[in-house]
Amino acid sequence: MNNIMNVNDKLATFNDNFSDSADLTEVAGRSLWQDARIRLMRNKAAVVSMIILSIITLMAIFAPWLSSHPFDEVYWDFIQVPPNAAEGFWFGTDENGRDLFVRTLYGARVSLMVGLVATTMSLVIGVVYGAVAGYMGGRIDNIMMRFVDILYSLPFMFFVIILMVIFGRNIYLIFVALGAVEWLTMARIVRGQTLAVKKKEFVEAAHASGVSTTKIIFRHIIPNILGPVIVYMTLTIPQVILTESFLSFLGLGVQEPLTSWGVLISEGAKVMESAPWMLAFPATFLAITLFCFNFIGDGLRDALDPKDR
Amino acid sequence: MNENSIILEVKNLNTRFDTPDGEVAAANEISFTLKKGESLGVVGESGSGKTQIFMALMGLLAKNGKTTGEAIFKGQNILGLPVKELNKVRGVSLSMIFQDPMTSLNPYLKVSRQMTEVLIEHQGMSQKKALERSIEMLELVGIPEARKRVHMYPHEFSGGMRQRVMIAIALLCEPDLLIADEPTTALDVTIQAQILDLLHDLKDKLGMSIVMITHDLGVIASMCDHVMVMYGGRVVETGSVQALFSDAKHPYTRGLLQSMPRIDGDHNEDLYAIPGQPPNLQALPQGCAFQPRCQYATNLCQQERPQTTEFDAGRTASCHQLSSAFHASSPVKNNPVNVVEGVL
Amino acid sequence: MFSYILKRLLTAIPTLLIIITIAFFMMRIAPGGPFDQERQLPPEIEANILKAYDLDKPVHEQYFIYLGKLLQFDFGPSYKFRDFSVTELILSGLPASFQIGGLAILLATFIGIGLGTLAALYQNQKTDYAIMGVAMTGIAVPNFVAAPILSLVFGVYLAWLPVAGWGDGAARNLVLPVISLALPQIAYIARLTRGSMIEVLHSNYIRTARAKGIRERLVVICHAIKGALLPVVSYLGPAVAAVTTGSVVIESIYDIPGVGRYFVNAALNRDYPLVMGVVIFYATLILLMNLIVDVVYSFLDPKLRVSG
Repeated sequence: MNNIMNVNDKLATFNDNFSDSADLTEVAGRSLWQDARIRLMRNKAAVVSMIILSIITLMAIFAPWLSSHPFDEVYWDFIQVPPNAAEGFWFGTDENGRDLFVRTLYGARVSLMVGLVATTMSLVIGVVYGAVAGYMGGRIDNIMMRFVDILYSLPFMFFVIILMVIFGRNIYLIFVALGAVEWLTMARIVRGQTLAVKKKEFVEAAHASGVSTTKIIFRHIIPNILGPVIVYMTLTIPQVILTESFLSFLGLGVQEPLTSWGVLISEGAKVMESAPWMLAFPATFLAITLFCFNFIGDGLRDALDPKDR
Repeated sequence: MNENSIILEVKNLNTRFDTPDGEVAAANEISFTLKKGESLGVVGESGSGKTQIFMALMGLLAKNGKTTGEAIFKGQNILGLPVKELNKVRGVSLSMIFQDPMTSLNPYLKVSRQMTEVLIEHQGMSQKKALERSIEMLELVGIPEARKRVHMYPHEFSGGMRQRVMIAIALLCEPDLLIADEPTTALDVTIQAQILDLLHDLKDKLGMSIVMITHDLGVIASMCDHVMVMYGGRVVETGSVQALFSDAKHPYTRGLLQSMPRIDGDHNEDLYAIPGQPPNLQALPQGCAFQPRCQYATNLCQQERPQTTEFDAGRTASCHQLSSAFHASSPVKNNPVNVVEGVL
Repeated sequence: MFSYILKRLLTAIPTLLIIITIAFFMMRIAPGGPFDQERQLPPEIEANILKAYDLDKPVHEQYFIYLGKLLQFDFGPSYKFRDFSVTELILSGLPASFQIGGLAILLATFIGIGLGTLAALYQNQKTDYAIMGVAMTGIAVPNFVAAPILSLVFGVYLAWLPVAGWGDGAARNLVLPVISLALPQIAYIARLTRGSMIEVLHSNYIRTARAKGIRERLVVICHAIKGALLPVVSYLGPAVAAVTTGSVVIESIYDIPGVGRYFVNAALNRDYPLVMGVVIFYATLILLMNLIVDVVYSFLDPKLRVSG
């Protein structure tokens, strides 16, 4: 699965020294990103994951049109019935007689939305914070990173739970809380990368030839730290989705009549003996989504950072 | 074994790497022999395949690497030997030291441990005896306060000292052949000379053969009896140091010699540089691999790969233009004999 | 070494103080006092009660009183369980929580490292794919999904093990909670071990060890494992944090009388002092674990040992 590797890197790793990989790449005339894309496309698990995720996303977006049942309508004649294609209850109904198929898709909306928004938030905070710390260096860097270290050792999950308890269970709060938790690692990664790139010859060369700082940051530094950032972002999304489901499972996340996979799983777990489908469908959707994001993240990492893993 | 006995004979060795972009031939049809007590210099650009030949001998190729051919070391073919059998040879009669002494020692183990384990494994020595022997060896390679330093971790040594430790480890079982893969490339110039001197001394003292892999002709001139020049995964020229430096036949060898700076040269003249890029092993040019960079290239060079010809005793070269006019008439402008003498 | 531990201990104190401070003031911001939900009390009785709990004093004074009591491991009264203090509740939950949490960490560490090493040694072969497939499942199937499924399969369908319950810590009752708690961590540790082991096995010093003709088994055991385990050791801090968080839901799924279950109930009942008490308790635990991990790490890495 991870056998994607460019010959140049392989030779560089086991051969004489690293300069020849640069030379060979130049001759081959492919950019780093093109190389990465080719490697990613060779990774079957990642490609299949991307396809599946696209399907789930499309299903989530078009949920209202995919089922004849509204997500909050109660069918008194169909309380907790198993999957029933004739009536259009493809995933069965829950204990309140609501269509599980459309509710699972609405759960997907919440999960994907949380994943996207909270990750974007963590991305923005983390990249700005990390880039500033890394680029400024010295004392400022020291203080900023010490602050991150302290935050790191806080048991954030518990604070998020307290937040949810005290300030009500509202979805926007989840976005903010999870985004605020996840930016720490991003900041560390960005800072480390910025520090490394800053010392590279091409940045020094740009400095020496009088290129402006803004231009250096946007033309030289950001493109070169993008790889790890994208990889980490892809791995943050499932993390956030998982955390939201965890909170919802505990009853601290999304509230009725809206739903999320965590809520559905929690409801399903309570009646799993009599109505296993109520657990099976949302759990499967959650697991598949997490699978896909992780496979894509791994694939991206292997594609952008080709060590033989 | 008499003085002139052959210690290593490599026949038609090929090394291939399987990669997603196709198979890469790192070394092709390599054949050479090495006599006891002699030293061979292997020279070539990065990626010319010079290291991979010896990684193959040591069984150290990456997992996707394959080797065919034969390498008779002390009467035994060591290519494709199972690891268990190979371990009776590696570190015992055949040792190797590497380019980067900073990362070649295990940072988590004391030097004593990294040395004694060799003696315990191969010679069944007791811990105490092995430690004594290790200290002796460290003293031999010029580590001051060896008795104290043997109990330190690698990061407490400087780069040059680490390379000395590497050499000490390699020599613990008094090997018949030491392969040195660019042992001085990562070191400061002053340290480089010290390490080369050390190797030179040890070679005489222990009577072992040395293979010196390098891209530095100066190193070869000062250390080796024979030279093997590699380009694009093939041997392009061989010969004794004297013969090859004074009368290089292959245009690539000539280019290498000309591109060496000389103290007594004309300082107003530009230093010669071989035009073009080192070859991409995945997409070697048709015909002779050097042909795109060669000023003497003809149609024939572009179509057919030249055969290796032995044109003199112990001298071979792979070039279509061997017999043509330029070799006979035009001596290398930057007469390399002076280079050799200058370095020696 | 000693000075290093001392230094780390000293840096842990401000962190702990920050945690306590945030927790305290969040509790003050939280709507509803301890006795609001009850029917209207006569003013003088209410004043007495407030006084008994020091709620009549200014906030900063309350803060210092709270700190002082914390030093004596007194987390204050619980709103919900009137007859118990938070400290008593936490103490009563400790044995169960420590048992399943500790066992889960042990299980995760040993199995994770074993599987990861195996996968690395058979990199890109069937063994590797199988182990990494299982590991990916462990990551993609959250423990609040795995727990009910395990309980359904082994408790209900096969009836080999109890569906839930503590049974005074009988081994039968421990199996499923410990496994559900350990699964994701086994997966993470296995992936981590595999990655770092592969990196180490490709490192120059392993090449040197092989060139020395050392047996492959010794190369792995003596030369590779130490370097490969460093990232795993530093992951143990976060692992403990994850297991603690996980135990919150696992304990409620399996109905285990641990600290975690109290936490969920307290959160749902808005029993603020209990929530805060548990958070402070867990935070201290995690900080302590991080400290231990750092010390162990510096002990394993000779470069740190000398300079530290």
